[in-house]
Amino acid sequence: MIRKEQVLQDVVIKFAGDSGDGMQLTGTQFTNNTALLGIDLATFPDFPAEIRAPQGTLPGVSGYQLRFSSDRVFTPGDECDVLVAMNAAALKSNLKALKKGGKIIANTDGFDAKNLRLANYPDGVNPLEDGSLENYEVIKMDVTKMTREALKDITMGTKEKDRAKNMFVLGFLYWMYNRDMENTIQFLKDKFGKKAEILDSNVKALQAGYNFGDTTETFTTRYKVDKARMESGEYRSIMGNQAVAYGLIAASQKSGLPLFLGSYPITPASDILHELSRHKGFGVKTFQAEDEIAGIASAIGAAYGGALGVTTTSGPGMALKGEAMGLAVMLEIPLVICDIQRGGPSTGLPTKTEQSDLLQAYYGRNGECPMPIVSASTPSDCFSAVYEAVRIAVQHMTPVIFLSDGYIANGAEPWRFPKSDDLPPIVVKFKTELGHGEEKFQPYLRDEKLVRPWAIPGIPGLEHRIGGLEKQNNTGNVSYDPENHQLMVKIRQEKVDKIADYIPEQTLDSGPETGKILVLGWGSTYGAIKSAVAELQQQGYAVSHAHLRYVRPFPKNLGTILKNFDQVLIPEINNGQLIKIIRDQYFVDAKGYNKIMGVPITKTELVMKLQEMLGRVN
Amino acid sequence: MSEITAPALTPKDFATDQEVRWCPGCGDYSILAQVQKIMPGLGIPKENIVIISGIGCSSRFPYYMNTYGMHSIHGRATAIASGLKATRPELSVWIVTGDGDGLSIGGNHTIHLLRRNFDVNVMLFNNQIYGLTKGQYSPTSEENKVTKSTPYGSIDHPFNPLALAMGADATFIARTMDRDPKHLQEALIRSHRHKGASFLEIYQNCNIFNDGAFEIFTEKASKPDNTLFLEHGKPLVFGANKDKGIKLDGFKPVIVDLNDGASTSDLWVHDERDFYKAQILVRMFDDPRVEGHLPRPFGVFYETDRACYEDVMQLQIEDVMAKGKGNLDKLLRGKETWTIA
Ligand SMILES: Cc1ncc(C[n+]2csc(CCOP(=O)(O)OP(=O)(O)O)c2C)c(N)n1
Ligand code: SF4
Ligand SMILES: [Mg+2]
Repeated sequence: MIRKEQVLQDVVIKFAGDSGDGMQLTGTQFTNNTALLGIDLATFPDFPAEIRAPQGTLPGVSGYQLRFSSDRVFTPGDECDVLVAMNAAALKSNLKALKKGGKIIANTDGFDAKNLRLANYPDGVNPLEDGSLENYEVIKMDVTKMTREALKDITMGTKEKDRAKNMFVLGFLYWMYNRDMENTIQFLKDKFGKKAEILDSNVKALQAGYNFGDTTETFTTRYKVDKARMESGEYRSIMGNQAVAYGLIAASQKSGLPLFLGSYPITPASDILHELSRHKGFGVKTFQAEDEIAGIASAIGAAYGGALGVTTTSGPGMALKGEAMGLAVMLEIPLVICDIQRGGPSTGLPTKTEQSDLLQAYYGRNGECPMPIVSASTPSDCFSAVYEAVRIAVQHMTPVIFLSDGYIANGAEPWRFPKSDDLPPIVVKFKTELGHGEEKFQPYLRDEKLVRPWAIPGIPGLEHRIGGLEKQNNTGNVSYDPENHQLMVKIRQEKVDKIADYIPEQTLDSGPETGKILVLGWGSTYGAIKSAVAELQQQGYAVSHAHLRYVRPFPKNLGTILKNFDQVLIPEINNGQLIKIIRDQYFVDAKGYNKIMGVPITKTELVMKLQEMLGRVN
Repeated sequence: MSEITAPALTPKDFATDQEVRWCPGCGDYSILAQVQKIMPGLGIPKENIVIISGIGCSSRFPYYMNTYGMHSIHGRATAIASGLKATRPELSVWIVTGDGDGLSIGGNHTIHLLRRNFDVNVMLFNNQIYGLTKGQYSPTSEENKVTKSTPYGSIDHPFNPLALAMGADATFIARTMDRDPKHLQEALIRSHRHKGASFLEIYQNCNIFNDGAFEIFTEKASKPDNTLFLEHGKPLVFGANKDKGIKLDGFKPVIVDLNDGASTSDLWVHDERDFYKAQILVRMFDDPRVEGHLPRPFGVFYETDRACYEDVMQLQIEDVMAKGKGNLDKLLRGKETWTIA
């Protein structure tokens, strides 16, 4: 058969199905396969709130969006080119995100009367039959039937066989995008190696899907996306939470401090606990505590003993940890608190993303309680951002908050991973003896950075007591003296402010040094801002982008940068948090773009907002 | 530790230059004195001792001990100590907590510390009151107690701390009192010797807000008839003339009179290792104001051996490491990579 091969530049596929349909696995496999070809990509998994919402219903839909391109990509895409809909509910809840003219790969078995009813289609209406999809290219296939057919020689229950349906779809897509399936076959072997039947059924379904594309005459075109032009080097695919775990292990190895994680499970942070628990070969100790308070408290205990103490959580857990963070501020011991933000307040939207803990991180503790904050902007950036958080914590003897969110935590991207030798050193100094002429150890005597010594139990002659009560300057003895309290509050603040002397200056991600609009971002809005700003720059506008990693203290030159632009726009997935701090510290009349829907801001939205602002200044 | 030939320490070496700020007459003084007295004899270098407390009058303790110490936040000493012990198993870790600190705000951490069995010593200073906050009832205060926050009498049912510890599968459970220095010292030494989490409840008089709460057990005149001092392998005998005993009638402990027909051979013989009898023993918790009440036991109720959390944690790591230490470059590289020229 003669087939065309069409080269595409940029493709967005959304895999959508019931949460039991294995869409996350399908998406990840296709992602890895894509990455291995050197194609650039970004992903956005979209989980249902409930683990097993009733099958076939709208709340039960689980999605995985993948964008891949021969150009650099920074977002998973605003609209999809291809929608894989395993059932009616998946189609219904994702159709609005599909481009006009886009492809729908529909599993017809998921559109029977029952599934249509569960997806709230009116009686007798089937979107696959009623012409309502005429603006799209619909590829109908009875995945269930063909999977069962392919597995007819395997002695397994129908229910078990149906579990391989997602592999059929994956195989078909591999055919459609001209792929080799070896990495997925290897993955299946690793995963099901000991369960011969399950392995066999998955591999057979995968091949059947591929062959279905290959032999069915209706499919005349295969697509190809070329390698992206990326910086040369060796790459792998990485997810945000995985990168946090790796960053912590790397920091532990480079600093020589044993890693201790005290944590209580919470979405979307749990995967860091899971990942770190697997790496005992690095001496990592993970402690699943009885609650978030014990999580941070145990990490404080470990840090007091000289370990790299870390706790991981999300918004509700942050709220619980507040008092203990204050203790760490008073004790002036190193600690890293990772907050993987999600929709709030209260339990909020556990599986959806939001950037709404910034003010909590900044101010959410009793008393004058300053803590440095470092934030990550992409999945792979989590590695170096958390590494920096550790460096600041141990070199400045302070608890540090690391902020990420659900979007980057679960998103994946290619990563030009570093060599361990190329990682910056993290030098740690413990106090090992009394200094020259020092008669009695003074635990709060400071160096030029205003940092006190880290003196851990086990050293003779340095026995001392620390605690949460206000301390006398230098000696650390309990003190209720009014002047001393004012002095200590000021010193603790100045110590954190001084960190600005030990972090890089802020740079522009793109755009001219001065101009019409500066878009200032932090965290997971990075990709959308970068793409939107690039588009306006191509249109000839003087728009620039600065993205903050150091949110507290800010880089020293941030004020100057802000003043070089006519307008400042701060897009955030919250009701306006960074903007409050920026207005407060720099007196700039920044404008906000705030989307609080549990999903990332899109490039298109930002482009529109920027055009509107430019219209106003022109 | 015995190889180290440092000059012998004295109780004075464990005192600090900080002024002790408890109310004159507070039971905490005696506990501090007894801890300072036994420490030199434990043979642990001072720098390897860490005392961690929460918040409360009792939790001021670390400031007065010339060891490493942390006065932390309300209820969390147990959790902080867990992290320290997990990473520094060689340290001797002591926890000071109050009935409010350890059983109310920190109750959750206390039970989890006990079930995990970290090798630490918990000293629960029970004065049946919130001392530091000036006299509210606590989770160990008796029903009907009139305090600042219960002007009409408390309607809370109190905890029985040792039964709680038993329920949490503590591996060492004991009770002592501030007013019996020798017994207190012995109990501290036993707590220290136990490998695993030791739960030691110390009856402590708060002479300001709850004076005399334990009088009936501590004062000369009433002590003999109202207390029962447990000794391993010995029958349960009490009374000023040692003429009363405890016998088990089925599962029920009953008082028998040794002058009136009963013989010591009928009595319950204490076995610290008897898990089932320990459940009955911790439940000997009668209100001493009630006629015919059982005496309140003191001493070691129960001791058993169970692997300590920090040891198993370390073993797991060693097992994994024996199969191959982690390699950072391998980790960062992962399984699948591609190269862009
Ligand atoms: C989070 C928090 N809540 C409340 C307090 C106030 N507080 C301090 S000590 C205490 C109770 C102390 O009682 P207990 O633990 O029995 O110690 P005692 O003073 O009797 O030795 C309370 C409620 C606090 N310091 N922190
Ligand atoms: S209030 Fe009570 S417990 Fe606190 S120091 Fe005074 S006497 Fe002791
Ligand atoms: Mg008390």
